[in-house]
Formats: sequence, structure tokens, C-alpha cells
Amino acid sequence: MGMTDDQLDLVFGALADRTRRAILAQLSRADTNVAGLTELFDMSQPAVSKHLKVLEVAGLISRTRQGTMRLSHLEAEPLKDATSWLADYRTYWDESYRRLDDLLTRMD
Amino acid sequence: MNTLNQDATIEVPSGTHEIRITRDFDAPVDKVFRAHNDPELVAQWIGPKYLENVECTFEARHGGTWTLIQRDPDGNEHGFRGVVHGDPTPELSQRTFEWLGMPGHVSFETMRLEDLGDGRTRVHASSVFMSVADRDGMAESGMSVGVNEGYERLDELLATL
Repeated sequence: MGMTDDQLDLVFGALADRTRRAILAQLSRADTNVAGLTELFDMSQPAVSKHLKVLEVAGLISRTRQGTMRLSHLEAEPLKDATSWLADYRTYWDESYRRLDDLLTRMD
Repeated sequence: MNTLNQDATIEVPSGTHEIRITRDFDAPVDKVFRAHNDPELVAQWIGPKYLENVECTFEARHGGTWTLIQRDPDGNEHGFRGVVHGDPTPELSQRTFEWLGMPGHVSFETMRLEDLGDGRTRVHASSVFMSVADRDGMAESGMSVGVNEGYERLDELLATL
């Protein structure tokens, strides 16, 4: 349980938006600047900046300056924290239910 | 005939402390219902196989209690308990759920069984936790042991059934 309630709310809130998930997918391939994202997603620069702000507050990205360029970089750790509990839950129930399948075929 | 979805669908509605599971079974409603209400049957399927169900009780009536104790291969025991709310029916079963590793953090569970026809059933299960932290804590109970073992172990297990 690496994250607090509030942090998880921020992460899940940030992930709830399709465009922000697409931005994260892009950043998983390469660090990208705002202009690059603006072009890739066919959105206005303020709209992209707004999404980046939400992702940054959630700790999902960091921004670094390289000369005049400000690059966004994916921070994978919070994403891992936020999804690992779900993977555990899924494993538990998938295994339980496969056993229930088997039991149901043996019941009168 | 619709295809059966025998991979559990797990949803975490945003802005809530709820987890929803949907899962189809190739068995009629009454059998699925019995498999959830008869403790001798529950003990045969709840949890991954490497967790031994050393105690399993369930009083399927309003105000009844239930308990489950699971032992992992290292000998650690994980206890769960709760109270049944309302007489359970296939249409609606309700109970509270508490992991003794995190006492006082009680979640509320509901289950509805949907008749899909042709002797098949869809389970709709919901758990509402007191907070996001509680929900995540739950996943760290006995439930977390399985993840490292992964699906290889499950394949092995299914081959022996």
C-alpha cells in the first residue's frame, strides 16, 4: 500500500480521461514536448497543457527542461501502485471462479 | 445463444470505493446460489487452491454470521467474517465483510444472480469499501499471495481437476 487515499484518487482521476491515457501511451514510447503532443492529438496547446498539469499533479509525469524545450516524461511507479492491487484481486477471483466452474459440474 | 464470459470482468467505477465483478457460469441459478450459500460447497471453491480453507461457516438468513479462515503454505492464517443482511435470495444476497487483518474496516457486499437461460447464470457481485485505502488493503490480504505464482500454477491445478 504505497499510496495514500488522496494520491490514489488523483491517479485514478487522471486515468479516467481517454486523452490523458493516450498521452501516457505516447510518453511511454518517448519523452515529448507540448508542441509535439499538440500536433499528435490535434488539440490546442492550452488543452494539452491542462491535461499535462493533471498528470503532473498525480505524479504520473515529470517535466524537464532541455534547452528551450520542456519535455514530459512518464513516471511509471504510481501507475504500478495503482494497478497492482487490482491484479491481485483479479487473480484471487479468477482462480476461485474457475474452481466454482468445476464444482458446479459435479453438483446434482 | 450468447457467448458465456467466463473471464471475470472487474470494474472500479471512478469516484467510488466500489469494486464490481461480473462472471458467467455454465450452470443454472439454483446451483450457483447453493454453491454460494452452503458452507461445505463454498469451502471447495473460495480462494486459490494453494490456500487451504480451514474453517468456513455461513448462516444463510437475516442476522446470520459467516466466517472463513484460509491458511497459506507458510502456515499463516487469514480470517474473514461478517453478518448476513436480509434473507439471501438469488435476486439479492447482502452481507458485510471484514478481514481480521484490518479489523474495523468493514465492506458491504451484494450479489445478484441473473438467469441467462439455457441453464446458464451471470453473477453480479459488488463490494463497497469504506475508503480507497480499505479497498487496496483488502487486495493485500490473502488475496495477494497468488499473484507471484501467476497463471502457470492455475494451469497446473486445472490439469489435475
